[in-house]
Amino acid sequence: MLSVTGLESGYGRARVLFGVSLEVGPGQLVCVMGRNGVGKTTLLNTVMGVLPAVTGTVTFDGRDVTGLKPHERVRLGMGYVPQGHQCFPQLSVQGNLLVTLEAAKQPKHAVDEALDLFPALKPLLKRSAGHLSGGQQQQLAMARALVTRPRMLILDEPTEGIQPSIILEIEAAIERLHAAGLAVLLVEQYLDIALRLADTFVILDGGHVVRTGTAEDLHREDVRRLLAV
Amino acid sequence: MSAFANQLPIGLSIGAVLLLIALGLTFTFGQMGVINMAHGEFIMAGAYTAFLLGDLVPALPVAFLVAGAMGLILERVAIRHFYGRPLDTLLLTWGVSLVLQQLARDLFGAPNVQVPAPSWLAGGVGILPYNRLFIMGLAVAGVVAVWAYLTRTGLGRRTQAVVQNRRLAATSGIDTGRVDMLTFFIGSGLAGVAGVALTLVGPVGPALGTYYIVDAFLVVVAGGLGQLRGAVLAAIGLGLLNSYAEFWSDASLAKVIVLAAIIAFLQVRPQGMFVLRSRALT
Repeated sequence: MLSVTGLESGYGRARVLFGVSLEVGPGQLVCVMGRNGVGKTTLLNTVMGVLPAVTGTVTFDGRDVTGLKPHERVRLGMGYVPQGHQCFPQLSVQGNLLVTLEAAKQPKHAVDEALDLFPALKPLLKRSAGHLSGGQQQQLAMARALVTRPRMLILDEPTEGIQPSIILEIEAAIERLHAAGLAVLLVEQYLDIALRLADTFVILDGGHVVRTGTAEDLHREDVRRLLAV
Repeated sequence: MSAFANQLPIGLSIGAVLLLIALGLTFTFGQMGVINMAHGEFIMAGAYTAFLLGDLVPALPVAFLVAGAMGLILERVAIRHFYGRPLDTLLLTWGVSLVLQQLARDLFGAPNVQVPAPSWLAGGVGILPYNRLFIMGLAVAGVVAVWAYLTRTGLGRRTQAVVQNRRLAATSGIDTGRVDMLTFFIGSGLAGVAGVALTLVGPVGPALGTYYIVDAFLVVVAGGLGQLRGAVLAAIGLGLLNSYAEFWSDASLAKVIVLAAIIAFLQVRPQGMFVLRSRALT
């Protein structure tokens, strides 16, 4: 579904990624892990086209998308939830959902489908998104990405800085989406969540892929050492 | 007392013109961070459109289209290659502004020209002359139209999304380049409408825009970037302050008073009257 080969990118002259390659198969959930500052967010931003790739390619569904703009990738079916429960603060919750719905030219019931997964948002539809709590904003961010009806979801630390009860809801939502056949590329810092959700994992260190494997491998001591701070 | 009261419609109509100009700027400056010094020349273009047509009412839509098209061309041909480089954009648009002023001198001559006011705008009610009332009405219509566009249409919603979080808008599937283009068209078009309004209260010259551009930027900064209600309040406030300061002192001292007031205000509220706020991680 998504294949990244030899990806190098960074900020200006500061290179962050050095030849990262990874594969996400159809319906697969791949978890990208690693300490802070190893290039996880940079990887996702380059996959989405927010940052240009210096070299390497990003292929989605057999199509080279390396040179496409972010909105063009969204239209091909790549849904992105960036880090930090971002929203359009002065639009209502409904406005946040509608604006992506209209941009992606999806039918209206895509909103209902997204709300079924996050029923906590239903009573908040008229509220300004900027007034929601962090956890509610994160649920809104995921619902907003789902409204574009993606064939793959790219999530950057959806549980970061969120209260435990909502973390569970978000985890359950990811699990349901994955079970329904959606491919997911997930950056996650919590090892226990990664263990429960991931089919396979990729560990980054210093902008390189240092380990890949299945969820069982995450139990191994040498793998855990790569994640320890 | 009546002289004091007479300043009210003058101040309000100056505020109304500033508002029409600032409505466009608040989006190009607030949304895209582009300091477009050539915005003043779109006012001038609107005013000369009224001069060429010689009639106010048909001039309004035509000026909107003429100035809007100029803005669109400027954005496509030049400004979009300089996004994220505010100082270069400032120099570029200032240069364009000078070129456009010279072009107007070559086309229409350096001396000011006069657009005859339509006869149905002669007279007034009480202290309110019809021509100034018309300008205020135009500004109200402009605000309502922009507000309706932003809150009632899909395109407007996309514009708001880009203003509030550009990168998130892009990764949510919004074509930010197209939104920028459209915003530039509408913003520049409104400057053209302001230019038509200005023909009611004074002569038209090649440097017309330069008298208003700085004040319009002050409105945008004082009101808060990309904030409609901020622009409305700041424009009315600045218009009234301008005309009363001129009434109590003289034109040049009034400018000093207005600038001092804005500097003092920005000391207290550097982000302007209204700010975008959200709970964020950072």
